[in-house]
This record gives sequence, structure tokens and C-alpha cells, in this order.
Amino acid sequence: MPNSTTPLLSIRHLVKHFDISGSLLDQLTLEKGRLRRRRTTVKAVNDVSFEIRRGETLSVVGESGCGKSTLARTVIGLYPPNRGEVVYEDRRIDHLSARQMLPFRRKMQMIFQDPYASLNPRMTVARTLEEPVVFHNPGISAAAAAEKVADVMRQVGVDPKWADRYPHEFSGGQRQRISIARALMVDPEFIVADEPVSALDVSIQAQILNLLMDAQEQRGLTYLFITHDLSVVRHISTRVAVMYLGTLCELAPAASIFSHPRHPYTQALLSAIPRLGEQRSQHIRLKGEVPTPIHLPTGCVFHGRCRYADARCREEVPVATALGPDALVACHRVAEGKL
Amino acid sequence: MRGWQRFKKSYFFYSFRRDPVALTSFTIFFFLVLVSLFAPAIAPHNPYDTSTIDVMDAELPPSWMDGGEERFWLGTDIQGRDLYSTMLYGLRTSVAIGIGAVLFQGILGIVVGLTAGYVGGRVDSLLMRVADIQFSIPYLIVAIITSAIFQLAFGLGRFEQLAMPLLIVIIGISEWPKYARTVRASVLGEKQKEYVEAARVIGLNPARIMYRHILPNTLTPVLVISTIQVAQAVMSEAALSFLGLGMPVTKPSLGSLIKAGFQYVFSGSWWISTFPGILLVTFTLVVILFGDWLRDVLNPKLYKG
Amino acid sequence: MTHLLEVENLEVKFALRFGDLTAIDDISFYLDKKEKLGIVGESGAGKSVTGFAIINLLSKPGYIAGGRIRFEGREINRLSAEALRQIRGNRISMIFQDPMMTLNPVLTIGTQMVETVQAHRRIGKAEARELALEKLRKVYIPSPEKRLDQYPHEMSGGMRQRIVIAIALLTDPALIIADEPTTALDVTIQAGIMELLTELCETEAMGLILITHDLAVVSQVTERIAVMYAGRIIETGYTTDIVTHPRHPYTIGLINSLPGTRQAGSRLEQIPGMMPNLTAIPEGCAFHPRCFLAADQCRRHRPELTAVSGGRHWAACHRLDQTLGHNHLHR
Repeated sequence: MPNSTTPLLSIRHLVKHFDISGSLLDQLTLEKGRLRRRRTTVKAVNDVSFEIRRGETLSVVGESGCGKSTLARTVIGLYPPNRGEVVYEDRRIDHLSARQMLPFRRKMQMIFQDPYASLNPRMTVARTLEEPVVFHNPGISAAAAAEKVADVMRQVGVDPKWADRYPHEFSGGQRQRISIARALMVDPEFIVADEPVSALDVSIQAQILNLLMDAQEQRGLTYLFITHDLSVVRHISTRVAVMYLGTLCELAPAASIFSHPRHPYTQALLSAIPRLGEQRSQHIRLKGEVPTPIHLPTGCVFHGRCRYADARCREEVPVATALGPDALVACHRVAEGKL
Repeated sequence: MRGWQRFKKSYFFYSFRRDPVALTSFTIFFFLVLVSLFAPAIAPHNPYDTSTIDVMDAELPPSWMDGGEERFWLGTDIQGRDLYSTMLYGLRTSVAIGIGAVLFQGILGIVVGLTAGYVGGRVDSLLMRVADIQFSIPYLIVAIITSAIFQLAFGLGRFEQLAMPLLIVIIGISEWPKYARTVRASVLGEKQKEYVEAARVIGLNPARIMYRHILPNTLTPVLVISTIQVAQAVMSEAALSFLGLGMPVTKPSLGSLIKAGFQYVFSGSWWISTFPGILLVTFTLVVILFGDWLRDVLNPKLYKG
Repeated sequence: MTHLLEVENLEVKFALRFGDLTAIDDISFYLDKKEKLGIVGESGAGKSVTGFAIINLLSKPGYIAGGRIRFEGREINRLSAEALRQIRGNRISMIFQDPMMTLNPVLTIGTQMVETVQAHRRIGKAEARELALEKLRKVYIPSPEKRLDQYPHEMSGGMRQRIVIAIALLTDPALIIADEPTTALDVTIQAGIMELLTELCETEAMGLILITHDLAVVSQVTERIAVMYAGRIIETGYTTDIVTHPRHPYTIGLINSLPGTRQAGSRLEQIPGMMPNLTAIPEGCAFHPRCFLAADQCRRHRPELTAVSGGRHWAACHRLDQTLGHNHLHR
């Protein structure tokens, strides 16, 4: 039984900004007769901290542009963070060189959204699956590698006799299985899944979710699950983190966040989920639109759209504070006990 | 074998069979390349062998004309070489220079484009500016200056031996930015795709990701421009040779044959220039027609699925 | 009584190099004013093709091979191209998943709206602009005067979709066909758009055909549903009936496979396999290889739609006597 008190992975004050100002010439602007250099940065992730426990599924939800995919890619090491730390077990991994990172590459893998873009169209399934194994075990014999490929293919429900085919010969659901197989090839313990079922049809979605849950059970995997689909989140998550405009609004066990959302944004988000067979229940309408992550609002990023916002929300950035044993909420009004 | 079966059933092969222009142009192209490859076996005379050349045979008209001889069915040039044989050898030289130049510019352009696109940032800016500068210098100027320097440095005799590799380098150098730009553009598109991120998550090094994962997916546009580039290179070679900057008359290409015969066109020996000219036009035309078809059929915007 | 739209035995084929493919096989449905019909199905079911066939906008290899489409009493699949143009974009408007399919990125919203009005009506520019403003207000666009001079890229996805709806309303259509109008949008925005469409059907007395893969969305918006599978309607009827008592095994499987209908963390019920390719639609009932009730007759004979309760609910299945009570939602 894995120890549930020490986190498998922790993220501490993670910040990821993207400079989109282009070349030096693009940055220069003329202001009041003076030449100035202006930089444009997208503030995708701003000071996010949380821990992922061994064996759990932590889902990060939010709408497009909330920074959840950037967060996932920063955690897995595809993007270097601007500030903050990513700690795996007890080792900080965000600043490691490619060589130092190698042992962690075996432990952390990723599953992607688009089953049509996530497999190299010019490589057969066998080559795609062999590559990670051979790369991480240079001495492995061809037969042993092929054996492993067939093994994992069977586990994800793809017939190993199709190993010599190219991705375009498979359907979206089968490709997603192959993509999962590639992640499982190195026997990881932690998997970042970025919208793994969003591009799939409903009946296929169920197959893939079941596969992910089975793999978790058999291999004791830990998932960081990124999605915008709240009914999927409700079904598979241990805990749920809600993000808005690059910040963490709320983090709580799945059951409690769906029954008692605390943050005003979480409440609005959950009220908008279409539920089968329920005639339109009154959803909470948010005023205005999501501001751009280039010019973040002052104070609480949600204040412009929040119906409870007051002067404090406009000025002071709320810090995620513990509410009860297992929940974090970043809202002044909740902290003040007024919500 | 499975690959061939797959190819036979593919949309590519299907539209190839259905398109008369593609079919004809490819057949002619294939035939001309074969002929030039086996020129030594096919040609009745060896134009490089001075001992078989007789000046008495100079400027004989094609065999069906008055004064023509059975031995030389397309007539002879001013040195008395069989024009038919000389053209076969000339085509061989032209095609070799054309393909050689395309290989040269292709490899250079692919390496530069791939590096610029994948690494990005300053490396990208630097490499692409170099490409822009290269592109803005007309190849004729490069060719005139280089060959002048080489002729001075090595002397005329040595230069004749070096002419072919030199032409390949000159034409290759002046056209590589086309490849670099095309490859860079597709790399920028491919780099975004999740299979590249997956390769990075596995921990593969950048060189392996570039050459094993990204490169194979950028080759389609490269293939398309390569056909046009072969035609272009053959034309460039002909133009340079015509200006006297290319292949020497002793080792004629189609261009130098046209040049050699050009001054005799008005004195009645029209055939010396005309037949190589027709061959040159035919060759470049079929290559361009085939390239056009290839571009249409491989364009993902026109064909989905 | 004549319906606003009646589709009878519609058949759509694609002329391909190895012969004709049947994409839509003998489907019939109707729609009345102010009514909202959902066409539900997974990709490849033929739901979008149905939408395009109604306005005769099938792209190249596709053609209508049979059946009738009556709109406001006229048989519109027999009309000349010119007469059809009078109806399409005028009496019938279409909304797509991607607003940029409708919007031209290099023209301002105002220019595009004025052009649309003037293509169908002889009115002056100022008047057309006034009409555009009125429609923008109808779809609750804040400060519409300002929006008219903006370009599509200056707006968010939800705003663009509202503009597209406003453009669809310009000609006071009697029918709107919305093909996955909210699939690309976030849930909070999706809820708003769906609310808007529902409201407009009522206030503008329009019919709405909502084409989507999302059963939950459809169940909240529409009165009636047609579930499609492999080019055929396999179940149709009132939304409440179908959602609470689905009778076709495919519909049952679809509803049961939705996360949220079962205990969190438990395995979802899954339909094995996948939708057949149009080139290889199984004999008999197209669903039989994936069906938990498939019997011999399912493999041999194709089931037709049969009434299951008092003329309100139809399903095309041989085993209807076995399909009650498989639904988790209301077990």
C-alpha cells in the first residue's frame, strides 16, 4: 500500500509566461516621440501550488485559456517554468539537464488529446511503441522489445498482429489506445493525461476511460488528468482542481466539490454542465467574458465577473487557503466566511 | 512486397493512372533518363573519343536531307561528331548536373531548414537571413565570378575537368534557400504536433527527433519542389553553358551544344542547335508537367483522407 | 396539417471511384414551427450530411438519390438552383460548429451583415445597418454599434457564434439548422448559446434542427429527438421518452456510457467496437455486431421503425420486447 501522506509530485508557486512579442524589431514602438521596447507576455500559469498523491487521479478543470494544458506541459518538463518548482518525490526536477532528467522520463509519461496528431504518421505502431523501450534500455534484444510491444498492445486492447500497420489505418479510439500504450511502454508511475477523451465519440470515450481506470488499478498509476469535460471529471477523479485564467480557484475531493462548490467560479462552472434528461436548470450566468491572459485583472482574476466581488477582491490577490482537511479555496469572500 | 501492394491500391497510384498528362510526362521523363543513363551503350559513336572524329565529316546535314549520310542520322556538328550520339551524351551530362545540383541544394536546404525550424529563436533568424541574402544574389553573377576565378586559378585545361562539379555547386548554392524555406515552414507546422511532444517526453535527443520524427513528415513538399528544381537546374546549366560559363565543347551538355551550333544557324547548319534545343525543351517540359501533377495530388488541401 | 419541414424517405449517396456509397438510407422526419428537433449521433452516423441535404448543399461526390424534402409546402429538392437560392440563407439558415465558416475574416461584421441583407432584400445601406443592429440586440451582444465596425478576430468564440446567429436571423428565417453550434465552446458559453437558441425559436416562431453528438445538450433543448446510426434513424420520438425509456439498444448503450449516469469510479458501460464505415455496413441491422441482444433475425433482416408507445415513440429493432429496463438512469 503506497504511503498516502507523502506526495508523489508537488508543484510550488509555479509560474509560466510566454513571450509572444516576436523579434526585436517587432517589440519597438514609438511612444510620445520616444522609441520604446515593449514586450508582450501571455501569463498562462500564475503562482499555482498543489500536491499530487500517489495512486490518485487529480483532475485539473477549466475553460479554454485557463492554463491547464500549459500547467500539464510544465509539470512533465516540456516547458521550463519561469518561477517555482516541480518536485518529484523529493527531487526538484524543473531545472535538470536532459541527461539528469532521463531517469524521470521513465517514471513520468504523457497522453495527448488529438489521436490524429499524437502518433507519427510515418512510423508503424511497432516502431512507435518500441522506440521508448529501446531508448531507455539500450541493451534490450529485438525479441524482448517485440515481446514487450505485443504485451502492452494486448493490455490496451489492440491486436498485436496489427503492429506493422501505420496510424492512418486505425480509428480514433484505437489510435488513442496506441497512444496510451506508448505511455505505458516504459512502465511509468505517473501519467499526465491532457484531454485524452475529448476528441472521441461518446461510446468510444467510455471504452478509453475504462481502459485508463483499469491501467491505474493494475499498475498503481497516478494521474494528472486535464479536461474541460466536467462529467468525465466527476466520474474518474479523486480530487479536482479548478483553474481560471492561470490561477487555482479551488481544490477539493471530487465528491465534495460537486456537491458543495465553494468558489463562485466553480459554482458557475458546475451549474452550466448539461445533464441528461434534466430540463434546463437555472445556470449561473457570468457577466462579461474571460479577460486575456496578456493583461491580467488586478486582485482576484475573477473579480470582474463575480457577483460577490467587493473592493478587496479588486485590489488584493486571494491566496489559496485550507478549508477543512482536504480543500483549498482562493477567494476572499469564502475566507471571510461570507459565502 | 506489401508496400507495393499498398501503393497499387493507393489514391496516388489511382490518380496517376487516370491522368493522361501525368502518365505521358512520366513515361517520357523515365525514357529520357534511361536513355541518358545508357548513352554509352546506345550511341553509335563516342563523342569523347577524338580518334574516331574526322573533320571531313563536319556539318553534315541529317540523313534524310541532300548530302546527309546514313552513318549520322541527325547530321554532325562542326567538329564532325555524330549529333545524335553527342546529344545522348549531352543529355546525360545535363541530367547528371540537374540531379546533382538538386541533391546538393536539397541536402543543404533540408539541413538548414530543419535546424532553423526546430531550434528556432536566434539560430532561426540567422539562418533565414543568410538564406534571404543568398536568394537576393542572382545566380548568374555568382556563376560568372566563380567560373572566372576558377578559370584563372586552375587554367583552362584543369577547369574543363572541374566544370561539372563546379556547375553542380554553383547551381546548388544559388537555389538551396528554396528548400530551406519549404522545409522550415513544414517543420514549424509539424513541431506543434503532439507526436513531437510525445518524443520529447520519452527523452529523445533533439537530433533524433528532428531526423527520425519530423524530417520524414516534411518530405512531401520537398518531393514536389524537387521535380520543378530538376527542370530549373537543367535550364540553368543550359543557360550558363550557352553563355560560355558552363560545360566545355569537348564535354558537351545540351546547353553547350546549342551554343556551339548557334553561330551556324544562319549559315544553314540549323540542325546543330535545333535538335539539342528540342530535346532540352522536351525534357524540362515533361519534368514540369509531372511536377505540377505531383503538387496537385499531394496537396492535402485538395485531397483529404 | 402540413408541417414546416417534411423529409420523406431521404436517400443520399456519394459517387466514389469504386461505386456509390449510401450515406443516408431512407430517413423520414418532420418539424413544426417553434419546434426543436435534435438529430443525435456519433461521427459517421450521417447527421451532418442530413443537414446539408435539406438545404441541398452537399459537397461534390454527394447527391440526393431519392426521397422528398417539403418545406413550407414546396418540394425543395426539385427546385431550380435559382429558386433554391431564394430559400437557402433566406427562409432556411444554417449555423456551423466553426463560426469562421460563416464569417469572412477580412470584412467587418457590419459589412458582412449588410451584404447578407442586401443579397436577399432590396433595401438601402442605412436601413440594412439598422436591421443588423436590431438582430445583434436580439442575440444580446453588448454595445452592438461598436461591434459592427469590428473584425471577427477581435471577438471571442462565444461572441462570434452569437454574431453568426444574428446573421442567420437577418432574413427572418422559418427554419434554422444548427450543426454542432456549441461543440467548440466552453460549457459556460455553451449554456448561454443554447438558451438563446431556445428563446429565439419561441420569439421568432422558428423551427430549429439541432445536430449534435451531445445527448445531454439535446435533451435539455429539444422536444423531439432522432437518433442516427450508420445513415439511418434508429429511434425517434419525444425527448423525455427517449431519455428516460430508450428502447433501441444503441440509444440505451449511448446513455449508459455517459459518465455521470453511474457511480463515480466504477467502470462505464461500454458499447464494444465502433460505428461501421460506410463501405462496410453490416447486413441486417447495422448495429448487430455491437448489440448485446443480437439474434439471428438481426443478422438477416433490417428492422424498420416501429411504434413502441401510442404513436409517440419509434425504434428500429427486432428485439424491442427485450429492451425495456436496461437504462441506468431510471432503473
